Amino acid sequence: MLEIKNLKAKVETDEGGKEILKGLNLQIKAGEVHAIMGPNGSGKSTLASVLTGREGYEVEEGEVLFEGKNLLELAPEERAREGIFLAFQYPVEIPGVSNTNFLKTAVNDIRKSKGEDPMSSVDFLKMIKEKAKLVDIDPQMLGRYVNVGFSGGEKKRNEIFQLAMLNPKLSILDETDSGLDIDALKIVADGVNKIRSKDNAFIVITHYQRLLNYIVPDFVHVMYEGKIVKSGDKSLALHLEEYGYDWVAEHLEEIAK
Amino acid sequence: MVKEDDILEKVTSSDYKYGFYTDLEMDKAPKGLNKEIIELISSKKNEPEFLLEWRLKAYNIWLKMTEPNWPNVKYPPIDYNDIIYYAAPKTKKKLGSLDELDPAIKNTYDKLGIPLEEQLILAGVAVDAVLDSVSVATTYKEKLAELGIIFCSMSEAIVNHPQLIKKYLGAVVPQSDNYFAALNSAVFTDGSFVYIPKNVRCPMELSTYFRINAENTGQFERTLIIADEGSYVSYLEGCTAPMRDENQLHAAVVELIALKNAEIKYSTVQNWYPGDAEGKGGIYNFVTKRGICSGDNSKISWTQVETGSSITWKYPSVILKGDNSIGEFYSVALTNNFQQADTGTKMMHLGKNTKSRIVSKGISAGKSNNSYRGLVQVSKRADNARNFSQCDSLLMGDKCGAHTFPYFEIKNKSAIVEHEATTSKIGEDIMFYCNQRGISEEDAVALIVNGYAKEVLNQLPMEFAVEAQKLLAISLEGSVG
Repeated sequence: MLEIKNLKAKVETDEGGKEILKGLNLQIKAGEVHAIMGPNGSGKSTLASVLTGREGYEVEEGEVLFEGKNLLELAPEERAREGIFLAFQYPVEIPGVSNTNFLKTAVNDIRKSKGEDPMSSVDFLKMIKEKAKLVDIDPQMLGRYVNVGFSGGEKKRNEIFQLAMLNPKLSILDETDSGLDIDALKIVADGVNKIRSKDNAFIVITHYQRLLNYIVPDFVHVMYEGKIVKSGDKSLALHLEEYGYDWVAEHLEEIAK
Repeated sequence: MVKEDDILEKVTSSDYKYGFYTDLEMDKAPKGLNKEIIELISSKKNEPEFLLEWRLKAYNIWLKMTEPNWPNVKYPPIDYNDIIYYAAPKTKKKLGSLDELDPAIKNTYDKLGIPLEEQLILAGVAVDAVLDSVSVATTYKEKLAELGIIFCSMSEAIVNHPQLIKKYLGAVVPQSDNYFAALNSAVFTDGSFVYIPKNVRCPMELSTYFRINAENTGQFERTLIIADEGSYVSYLEGCTAPMRDENQLHAAVVELIALKNAEIKYSTVQNWYPGDAEGKGGIYNFVTKRGICSGDNSKISWTQVETGSSITWKYPSVILKGDNSIGEFYSVALTNNFQQADTGTKMMHLGKNTKSRIVSKGISAGKSNNSYRGLVQVSKRADNARNFSQCDSLLMGDKCGAHTFPYFEIKNKSAIVEHEATTSKIGEDIMFYCNQRGISEEDAVALIVNGYAKEVLNQLPMEFAVEAQKLLAISLEGSVG
């Protein structure tokens, strides 16, 4: 589904570009959940930004293929319509725009790009109710303005709700666990597990192993200084939790020797 | 931020879809303004003598006045002798019913989406349509007449209801009020008149549709609404004009009078031709709108969505004379390309326990300039007056301007006056969030802007709100993308 080859990217800063991704390789197939872990500043969120086309990042080298298409050539909305979804670490607030209206616009813009007619209000309402139930969202939230006055936990749950509504092929969860208490974490994980299928894939970016108890990954990758330095199964996450990221650094030094 | 500005650049350049011109046989006065022209207008309209005198008095006042230069707008000097002050579609005979309306005129209104047919009853809207200077059709007059409601053109009211005209015309906006009001008083050609009798709740939205069609004409309409004790009326006003390279002047006066326990709700969706993307052409919209809550417990509420005109200069205001009276002003003013808007309100608290609320949402895009100017006045005897003002500005791109000029004159210590103001930009993060959900840049801007203006749009009657939402989106087309 997704193939990242030798990806090198800079973030634009006031002092010029700063290289963050330094030759990253990753392959993801349908049905897989990949966890990406790593210390702060290792490039996890930059990877999410580059994959979704956020401005302020410059790709210097490498390629990203999504279902055989060159992803880097597409505008952010085109990538979204191809089926890439980002659950934001910091979801933005949109005053005066209800969740329902926001999602209806999104659903219909995606349909339009595929040459389909807009969804009827009846069908849309049916879908929204169904998905709200699936991810355990209070239907009252649908009428509220997008993320306005939402608690940290509600914002993250709303991201998963949007994910359920848009039914993407590849979902990137960017530190969705940050700022969540254990109950909220379980609800979010539960939603993801219900959506998870053999046809879609997830990249779960996280700093901590905790989330991975609930969203069990097929693969765990450790990012360090802009590269994936180690990959393994879910036990790698437990190992990291026990020994910390220093262990990665030491491990790398050993290899270097 | 580079890309964002590109986007904004693109979304704010779109076509004006009301720019067509209807070829009608017109009865026009020669260009220029003088005593003879005023006499001509008055005689064309078979006006009573008192009105001609009233007009001439206004003209003499106007001659001694100078054009105001305090608004935050710039335009070349207007040659008032290069304007045609009277233009009317030629009619062969007096109309008996709507079916007899000139098909070309009817077609114009059909193009504008203003159906003058019976189906309007279903929509609950009664329409008075003003083309250039003359009211061409008033629908549902008879149905309203059963309730004693008078809804007709100003010309008819002058002939048929001279007592009401004598009593109320100029009662809120006197001839000497300001330069453009004086000009209007001298040369106004038509407009709408509404009288709601005591304790009658007008069962439908009353609506006027203004259109400037002819070339080199100024439109000087005058609207007068009187809500007698305990009555209620909701009135809608819409406007468009053909696209022309030269500027056209529109100097209207609207007067509202709410007696004891009466309520008037006045909504405007103003979409006069704004000029092209280079700032050429467009309407100068210099309008005086004022209402008086003359009786106790009365209420006047202005709602305006201003997207058109090359220059807008208007301050719908309320004089809160009756005790416990309420004044409201809800405004969305959108400027794009080279448009300039200086708009706001005046709330004059005279009675006790009077309340006013001001919600102003400015949206600036392109190279436009958008100013809010507001005055809250609390007089000595206005005990326990309350005002709340919220003035927000939304900037799109970095070539436009937003300004806020709030003034307060408080002469009573018991007054509570609150003012809040914010300025924001449509940021990269909010655009990216929408794009990441598959939403196009145009749709994202429409969503964000309509969300921003929600509080005001909510004040509009349903059909009008939908129209206004579309208008906001259309007006910003091309400024993002």
